[in-house]
Amino acid sequence: MFKQLSEGQADNVEIILNGQSVLVSRGISVAAAALSHQQRFTRTTPVSDSKRAPFCMMGVCYDCLMVIDGKANQQACATYVQQGMRVDNQQGVGPAMENG
Amino acid sequence: MKNHYQLLIIGGGPAGLAAATIAAKDGISCAVLDEQPTLGGQIYRAIESIPEQRAKKLGSEYRRGKNIAEAFRLSDAEYYPNTKVWSLNNQREVGILQNDKASILSADQVIVASGAMERPVPFPGWTLPGVMQAGAGQILYKSAGIVPDNGVVLAGSGPLLLLLAWQYLHAGVEVKALLDVTPLSNHIGALPKFPRALLAHHYLTKGIGYQIALKRAGIPMLFGVSDLRADGDGVCQSVGFKHSGKQKTIESELLLTHFGVIPHIWLTQSAGCKHQWDDSQQCWRPEHDEWGNTDISGILVAGDGAGINGARSAEHAGRLAGLEALFALGVINQSERDNRGVKERKWVRGERHIRPFLEKYYQIPKKLLATDIDETIICRCEEIAAGEIRQAVRDGHDNTNQVKFFTRCGMGPCQGRQCSNAVAHLVADESGKSVKEMGHFRGRPPVAPLTLEQLATLKQEVAE
Repeated sequence: MFKQLSEGQADNVEIILNGQSVLVSRGISVAAAALSHQQRFTRTTPVSDSKRAPFCMMGVCYDCLMVIDGKANQQACATYVQQGMRVDNQQGVGPAMENG
Repeated sequence: MKNHYQLLIIGGGPAGLAAATIAAKDGISCAVLDEQPTLGGQIYRAIESIPEQRAKKLGSEYRRGKNIAEAFRLSDAEYYPNTKVWSLNNQREVGILQNDKASILSADQVIVASGAMERPVPFPGWTLPGVMQAGAGQILYKSAGIVPDNGVVLAGSGPLLLLLAWQYLHAGVEVKALLDVTPLSNHIGALPKFPRALLAHHYLTKGIGYQIALKRAGIPMLFGVSDLRADGDGVCQSVGFKHSGKQKTIESELLLTHFGVIPHIWLTQSAGCKHQWDDSQQCWRPEHDEWGNTDISGILVAGDGAGINGARSAEHAGRLAGLEALFALGVINQSERDNRGVKERKWVRGERHIRPFLEKYYQIPKKLLATDIDETIICRCEEIAAGEIRQAVRDGHDNTNQVKFFTRCGMGPCQGRQCSNAVAHLVADESGKSVKEMGHFRGRPPVAPLTLEQLATLKQEVAE
C-alpha cells in the first residue's frame, strides 16, 4: 500500500514484523513500518473480528493497536521502531499481560 | 522537571511553541508538554529532522515551521516530548504520562494548544483497512518519507485534499482521482464571502495553483461527488461514488479522505471549560476571548484547538496567549501586554479573512454528517451502526450522552473522538432537534487510556 521513498543513504534498524525480519528506517513509527511492509491490516476487532489498519496516524483513533514486544494494545502510530523490536498483529483484545 | 510551573503549555505545534517562545523570555518557569517525540505538531511534523529534499517537496508553508522551531530552541522554555497529558482540571493540575510513569504537575497558568484533528465522517466502508484520513497520508510522508506505492484515491472536502494531491504529484505518486464531495450549491453559497477572502489572496492563489498543476498532470478531479463508499473483501479494493447522475467505481486499495478539521477539545472539556457549537465551522470549540482566556481562570487556549483558523493564525494566537499569561502572572502590565499584542491581534484578524469563504465553500452537507444508511458503522471501537443509534433515539433516548450509555457508542479506546460528532448529528436528525442542543459526549479524565499499572505509579509518587 505504501513505500519508503529513497532519500540518500539509508539508516535502518531491524524489527521482527509478524515473525519476519525486516529493515525499516530509524525513527519511524511502528505503524509507518507496518504500512510500508505489505501489512494490509494490523489487527482484528474484539467485537466482530473485522480487519483494521491505522486510520488517523496521529493518536486519536486507536485503530492501530498492535502487540509490541509482547505487550498488547500499543498505539503503533505513537510507538517508534527500535532495533530488535517484535511487532505483531493484534487479534481481538490481544494476549494477556505477562507478569500479571 | 519541576512539579510546579508558572506556565505550562500543552502541545508543541505552532501555537504552543510561539506561546512558549514569547513567555519564557521574561524569566518565568515555563514548560511545553508534547506527546510527539519531535516538535512542530502535526502541521510541522518532523520539521527539525526532515531531509531537505523532502521538505522542499512539501512546499513553502511547511518550511515556515523551521523558524518557529528555531526561535523556540533559543528560548528558556523547558521542553518535554513523549509526554502524554491525560488530565487537566479547573485547579490547573495536569496529569501526565512519561515512560509509563504517571505524575501530576500544577501551574499558575495553563495554555492548551491541543491543535486539530480530522473531522471523522462515517461512510460505508470507512473502517476497512486501506481507508485512511488524508492527514494520516500527510503524516506518513512528512515524518517517514512514506507514500502510496500502488496509487491512491483522494476524496472529501477541503483545501488539504488539493495540497496532498499536489504533494503526492511531486513525489511521483499516482493519484487515481480526486473526488470532491462538496455540493455544487456551496460554491454559489460561498460567493458573498468571496470579496473578504480576496484580502487573503495568497491562500486563493495557492489553491488555484494546486488545481492548475493537478489538471496539467492529468489527474481526474471530479466535483459534486456523492454516495461515497469503500468496498472490498475485508480490505479496501474499490471506491464507489455517484457523479453526474452515474454510479462509478475506481479500483484502489487505498482511499484517503478528508472532511475538514475540528478542534481537539478533550482536555478543555474535561477541565470543564465552557464550549460552544460553531455553526460555520461545524464543530464544538472552547469559548475564549481574543487573548485566549477561557471561562476558567488561568486556563487559556490557542491555535486550532480553540477554533479552526490555520497554522499561521495559531502562531499569532499563541503569542497573544503567552502575553496574556505574562500579564496574569504580573510579569508585564496591561499596557505592555496591549502594546506587544497589537501586531499579533492584527495578524489574527487578518488570517480570519479567508475563513468565512472556506467554511461556506467546504461546508459538509448534512447528508454526510448524519448518514441515512443504517448499516454505516458510526462508532469504530464498539462497532455501533447508524441504525442502532437512530433506533435508540426512537426508543426515547434523545440526547448524545443518553445514546452513549444505551448503545456503548463512544465507550471504546478512542473515547468518542471518532464518533462524538456523528452521534450528535444523528441524534439531532432523528429527534428533529439542533446539534447545538445535543451537546458533546461528556469528557472525563483520563482523556487518554491509561493502564492500572501506569496509574499505580502515581500513588507511589504521592507517597514519596
